[in-house]
Amino acid sequence: MLYINCPHCGMRSQNEFSYGGDASVKRPELNKEVSDQEWDNFVYNRKSLRGKHLELWQHISGCRQWIKVERDTATHEIFRTFKADEEVA
Amino acid sequence: MTQAFRIENGGLINKDKKLSFKFNGKTYLGYEGDTLASALLANGVHLVGRSFKYHRPRGFFGAGVDEPYAVVQLFRNGETEPNIKATEQELFEGLEAKSVNCWPSVNFDIGAINNFLKIFLPAGFYYKTFMWPKSFWYRIYEPFIRKAAGLGVASTKHDKERYEHKYEYCDLLIAGSGPSGLAGAYAAAKNGAKVILAEDKPRFGGSLLTSDVNIGNQSGKDWADGIVAELKKMPNVVVKNRSQIFGYYDHNMLVMSEKVSDHLPSTKKYHPNKRLWYIRAKEVLISSGSIERPIVFGNNDTPGVMLSSAAKEYLKVYGVLVGRKPLVFTNNDSGYETAIEFKKHGVDPIVLDSRKNPESEIIDEAKNLGINIKNSYVVVAAQGYKKVKSADIASISEDKKQLGKIENIQCDCICVSGFWTPTVHLASQSGNKTKFKEEIDAFVPGQSKQNEITLGAANGVFSLEETLKTSFTAGSELSKKITENDNKIAIPNVVEKKSSQHDRFWCVPLPKGKNYKRFLDFQNDVAVSDVEIALREGYRSIEHVKRYTTLGMATDQGKTSNLNGLQLVSEIENKVVPAVGHTTFRPPYTPVSIGAIVGREVGKHSKPTRKSPMHSWHEKNDAVFVDAGVWLRPRYYKRGNENLFEASKREAKNVRTNVGVCDVTTLGKIDIKGPDAAELLNRVYTNAWLKLPVGKARYGVMLREDGIVMDDGTTTRISENHYHMTTTTAQAANVLSHLEYYLQLVWPELNVNVVSTTEQWAGAAIAGPKSRDLLQKLFPNSDVSNEGLPFMGYMEGDLFGVKARIYRISFSGELAYEVNVESDYGNFMWEKIIEVGEEFNIQPYGTEALSTLRIEMGHVAGSELDGRTIPFDNALEGLVSKKKDFIGKRSLQRSAFIAEDRQRIVGVVPLDKQTSIPEGSHLVKDDKAPLPNPKLGHISASCWSVEYDNPFSLAILKDGKNMIGQKLFAMSPLKNKVIPVEIVSSHYVDPKGERVRS
Ligand SMILES: [Zn+2]
Repeated sequence: MLYINCPHCGMRSQNEFSYGGDASVKRPELNKEVSDQEWDNFVYNRKSLRGKHLELWQHISGCRQWIKVERDTATHEIFRTFKADEEVA
Repeated sequence: MTQAFRIENGGLINKDKKLSFKFNGKTYLGYEGDTLASALLANGVHLVGRSFKYHRPRGFFGAGVDEPYAVVQLFRNGETEPNIKATEQELFEGLEAKSVNCWPSVNFDIGAINNFLKIFLPAGFYYKTFMWPKSFWYRIYEPFIRKAAGLGVASTKHDKERYEHKYEYCDLLIAGSGPSGLAGAYAAAKNGAKVILAEDKPRFGGSLLTSDVNIGNQSGKDWADGIVAELKKMPNVVVKNRSQIFGYYDHNMLVMSEKVSDHLPSTKKYHPNKRLWYIRAKEVLISSGSIERPIVFGNNDTPGVMLSSAAKEYLKVYGVLVGRKPLVFTNNDSGYETAIEFKKHGVDPIVLDSRKNPESEIIDEAKNLGINIKNSYVVVAAQGYKKVKSADIASISEDKKQLGKIENIQCDCICVSGFWTPTVHLASQSGNKTKFKEEIDAFVPGQSKQNEITLGAANGVFSLEETLKTSFTAGSELSKKITENDNKIAIPNVVEKKSSQHDRFWCVPLPKGKNYKRFLDFQNDVAVSDVEIALREGYRSIEHVKRYTTLGMATDQGKTSNLNGLQLVSEIENKVVPAVGHTTFRPPYTPVSIGAIVGREVGKHSKPTRKSPMHSWHEKNDAVFVDAGVWLRPRYYKRGNENLFEASKREAKNVRTNVGVCDVTTLGKIDIKGPDAAELLNRVYTNAWLKLPVGKARYGVMLREDGIVMDDGTTTRISENHYHMTTTTAQAANVLSHLEYYLQLVWPELNVNVVSTTEQWAGAAIAGPKSRDLLQKLFPNSDVSNEGLPFMGYMEGDLFGVKARIYRISFSGELAYEVNVESDYGNFMWEKIIEVGEEFNIQPYGTEALSTLRIEMGHVAGSELDGRTIPFDNALEGLVSKKKDFIGKRSLQRSAFIAEDRQRIVGVVPLDKQTSIPEGSHLVKDDKAPLPNPKLGHISASCWSVEYDNPFSLAILKDGKNMIGQKLFAMSPLKNKVIPVEIVSSHYVDPKGERVRS
């Protein structure tokens, strides 16, 4: 079971969180013309990376905040975690 | 019953307390502190089971967790448990156990015929034989295997025992209480670290219980006892025996199974049988020791052949002689230690040492005691069937290829030592890649992957002095990092005998003309010849060899067999062992009861049960409940002998003619506040929300980004910046997460707060033509007329002193209202509605009637919003705004979603107006068409229309828009039904929606 450092609550076990997918995906702005390709990339197309991956988790049984987690998909090592509005350098 | 093999003095058992027990129906005596194995051996019982494949007689091979043979069926307190190792099961008064793997009895076993037909059972036997012909599988092979194989029988009864889970956090977790575990624990504890020390056996001390050493001028055991006593007194230390750490998972999470009650005749009241500990440790010290490995020789599975360390443990811990004429066969000094113990208790052993001329302090001691030692000698084969009677021995050449003349000598047990294998399982599970250590011919942990360190014998270090030194230091260093204390501890003096180098020798060659079985894996009956066959047939990867031969795949996970298997493969393949590599170690290290894994999450406790505040009223009024997500909801209220169909029909009809009340507390409720609340709603719902006036409700549909309908419900504007959203019962949690996702990540600029209020409000839907009359009586001071409270209107009211929210919304399609009060007043509200409603013939209705009402109205619910449909499919395209953008809108332009013949909701009526159509039935054009018959759609929901008194269903049908009036067939192969049907509008009742506005 992973041990995730919620930037709001501290170290918590994985069973308090739910997974939310790739955090690098940006939703196209509302009311903006979007090509089929762009839209498909946003809704469907994901890379199944091996290695460092920035992903979303929600601390559903805690502060309910969505957070960003930088995790290695092969080793499960977690490098850094970020608040929803934090820019990831 | 005498315990003929118990020695007069010695052992750590309590001879003042005799215990009687039964094995295979016969009564024996043992002592408190015995294991089942030691007590049986004390009584001279060596035959405990039959092997898995050949049903050869099986005795005891080890004295603990590594035991491959002595697996028994245990009977305790009216329960039975299979797969119990006799070497681990502590004796208690009244214990009963039986052999497994034998039929009809351990002494006469029909399956043993396999042993004499063994030509038919080589490696890959199961793969080859039972593959063909297929039809033989059920009739012949499976019953045969079921009868002949298996390691006991699981109980079919409900397990009365209770199992608990515990979550724990510590600075340092220590696996194993041998010298390195104790030293590490002590040093860390002195630095104030929070320490958990786990020992799988009942007694602490590990190898110190049996080794002849001195620490700080005390015997090793006395030193261990002292340390444990001190640790137990410290508030920052948890010391646990009978507790096996069996799994090392991600981020330093380890799981431990504590046997709380297995050593007692029955579990104490309020105690669990086992407790599963989930331990998150900052640091882990693996001090799991090592397991002696066997030397492979002919008939090496005969009862009476056992590990030399086990023989020593039976003698020193349990005061039991495993034989009176022991033969010790060794390639290192450990065998001598066992021989010396025998000699000290008046038994004359013979030592066969494969080495030519070894010299060490231990060997000198053995020589001084006058022990008969034969160098460059090996056991070629054990003789005897149910027990060792003699051994064929021979000298062996220096290259270990040539045997000398074979002699037969009498003996009653053969104690084998092929050197030591570090227990690297936990380190390996943590992700640590093990490395091969030439000096000890075994794998040891490599670079640490997580915060773990392996010390002592588990790390291939067999010197006590070095073990203590490194472990005290590690305990200090690891704890210093965490607590920042640095209390120096004096490392005690150690007196131990030095050992000489072991012999790189593990398998005795077959003598000419002999074909003895030489076993590698004792539990799965895998012999040297099986591995040879596998390699001959082209299996190369050790993982494949393992699966083909089943080597190391038994319940003991090959604790005694893995390395010898690797040695064999490396020899045949002419590769070094590290090049062959070993199979992966996976948790659990030892078998774990399913009960312990499940814990308290059984039966009613497997998921939470949520009840509405009116639950007890429903119970008292004969409600029959149904699971709705995690909620319990009344399905119908039973009157007299009514069944579900009759009751729900009555309830639905009463709504259509009078008035009914339904508990809708379970609906998801989300409170939305903030100046941008309307903007949020406008973005997540498909329809327009910016102009909804205060005091008005609106029906809304929300989509996922892929255009699929996610949920529907009404949202009401309570005040300027305050909205009350309802969701379906099933999607309540998902919708909240969905809103939070957009507010926190996508549109953080919106000034809105959302919070779940599902449990804060109790809800009652009042529906039917007389609902307004009832409402007026409930709220005499409010104007609930069609003008005062129009359709989709909202007001607050006073319900006999209780503040209530009144929404004029309808799911049933009738004139209807929903009244909410704070949960604590729910029952009060409900009773008032029933009481006041009496004069209007009110009846409560359950979910079944609710479904009927919504189906015949063509209102969609979860069975239509099934994660595969878009608004058009549900005839909701009128709610999709063309002007504004919203979540999922762009996806609705996808070609499949705008196809001319897009699927759409329709109504379905059987032509005979009699036969109900099973939900899930497929709609087809031609019921006689060859399979696969093209499917045009499926029945999503069915009911008995109370309006028309005939069956009615909803369906999602291809080109549904143009299919009205068509005749199709509804086919349900599951229910074996073919029903001719007509397609009608989904709005079967009141298609213009006049009633809700009346
Ligand atoms: Zn949190």
